[in-house]
Amino acid sequence: MAEKYLMKGNEAIAEAAIRNGCIHFFGYPITPQTEVSAYMSKVLPKIGGTFLQAESEIAAINMVLGAASCGVRAMTSSSSPGISLKSEGVSYIAGSDLPCVILNVMRGGPGLGGIQPSQADYWQATKALGHGDFQLLVFAPATVQEIVNLIGTAFDLAEKYRMPALILADGMLGQMMEPVEFPEITPKPAEKPYATTGTQGKRKPNIINSLYLQPDELERTVRERFARYDIIKQNEVRCEEYLTDDAEIILVAYGATARVVRSAVEDARACGIKAGLIRPITLWPFPEEAIRNAAARVDHMITVEMSMGQMVDDVRLYANGQCDVHFFGHTGGIVPTPAEVLDQIKKYAGGAE
Amino acid sequence: MASFHKTNGLTDAVFHYCPGCTHGIVHRLVAECLEELGILGKTVGIAPVGCAVMAYDYFNCDMIEAPHGRAPAVATGAKRANPDNIVFTYQGDGDLAAIGTAETVHAATRGENITIIFINNAIYGMTGGQMAPTTLPGQVTQTTPYGRDVTRAGYPIRMCEMLSTLDGVAYAERVTVTDVPNVRNAKKAIKKAFTAQIEKKGFSIVEVLSSCPTNWGLEPVEALKWLKENMIPYYPLGCYKDATEKGVF
Repeated sequence: MAEKYLMKGNEAIAEAAIRNGCIHFFGYPITPQTEVSAYMSKVLPKIGGTFLQAESEIAAINMVLGAASCGVRAMTSSSSPGISLKSEGVSYIAGSDLPCVILNVMRGGPGLGGIQPSQADYWQATKALGHGDFQLLVFAPATVQEIVNLIGTAFDLAEKYRMPALILADGMLGQMMEPVEFPEITPKPAEKPYATTGTQGKRKPNIINSLYLQPDELERTVRERFARYDIIKQNEVRCEEYLTDDAEIILVAYGATARVVRSAVEDARACGIKAGLIRPITLWPFPEEAIRNAAARVDHMITVEMSMGQMVDDVRLYANGQCDVHFFGHTGGIVPTPAEVLDQIKKYAGGAE
Repeated sequence: MASFHKTNGLTDAVFHYCPGCTHGIVHRLVAECLEELGILGKTVGIAPVGCAVMAYDYFNCDMIEAPHGRAPAVATGAKRANPDNIVFTYQGDGDLAAIGTAETVHAATRGENITIIFINNAIYGMTGGQMAPTTLPGQVTQTTPYGRDVTRAGYPIRMCEMLSTLDGVAYAERVTVTDVPNVRNAKKAIKKAFTAQIEKKGFSIVEVLSSCPTNWGLEPVEALKWLKENMIPYYPLGCYKDATEKGVF
């Protein structure tokens, strides 16, 4: 059995990335994710990797672009305001069909916002982390162990589908300490025949590029990318359902918030209310089917987020009018309590409008 | 008898550059140096945003097209991923000295073992002739229709002078390509810059004063004359730093 460590989320992320063969890390300090950089800076020089503290988030993501072009597993991490700065590079990486992993340890916004946990970057992560038509793989772990488990998946799928993957965590997950195990793994990075590692005089030059001046060529490229997105939507949706089989009211929450909601669901059950929880693990692709099916069985769904309500848009979209979809949440730093969520459950389960 | 061959450092693609533009000369010099140094097969070039954006179609080596101004950061990532590759960027003045100033300065001060070919033609070419960070005082552009007024638009930046103050810079030289002696001198500088990288001496940059007949509104020969009479006095040619003997670390 693998050894257990008590680790901070941010440090566990770094260790897991290294164990998955990512030894090139480019970062810039920002609370509450700085421990990722600190851990990388301690370990990577000793194992022949690259830790580089860039001059800006913009530079860091572009270093990732350069390293990913050359075929290595590369990663950057930041927190909300820094992720905004990276959005230019993320769009180019997506447009160049390159794999990489980006970590966002979300804090409150907009602007400088706050440094406490938040989930207010859902729209940014799932709809528009940069200009143009593109998607990212977005993973939303709820525990430190799940972060560790998902990092390898993120790298593997980013390489399989040649696109950036985002781990959307929050300040709570980044800062909390939990026991974790690191599964025995041998990273198997995909073949990368497109990598710019020099022709060695043996092949035609490889070109990494996102520019298509001919509109028909651009559209063909974007459509090819969206065809890949369709395959991802069919094959890569991850979500956990908890007590939904007989549920009369269903809650939807992701990340650390889902743990609070899970407690509230148990409390509701103790009060005789058949509540259940759908926890999306991938936010893109979104668990459309789970929401659609649940919406057909219940009268009320409640989405709980640390934001003014962002994921609730998607829940409503896929519930498609089959049931009422409500929202409850707080903004950055105010973590919803199980008691507050229980009140919401009682409000709607009791038949109140 | 000596015969002329097109360098294998360039592909057969036809340049899209305007007649009289000096990009063509500089492309050829870079390509010849890569070929003559025997490094074409392990070179990764980074194309900018601007007139040279399609340099990835012209250089006969692996190429990456970077976001505007970010070429030195992309080059950093590429070089750190595979330090045995030779990595160069090819950037214009807006790319290198305006939107990408931070990336340029920090790659230089880190002593990043890369080579930058910097085309300074004192104007934004691709977007149709707006003020560049290197536009001369009084120079008329689309966005300085009354001439660059330094009290409003500030002064031009002299990049080689500025970068030469940084410890990470192994080699910084400003050249031009207005005539045969200068073309030969430019090639010598470019070769020296790549040699510094091969020998792991640190950051190297060659600034090439270039012409933009189209956006300057001049005939090609007139443009070269304007360059000599106006740009060279403001941007003196010469070597600003040479630490290629010892290296920067």
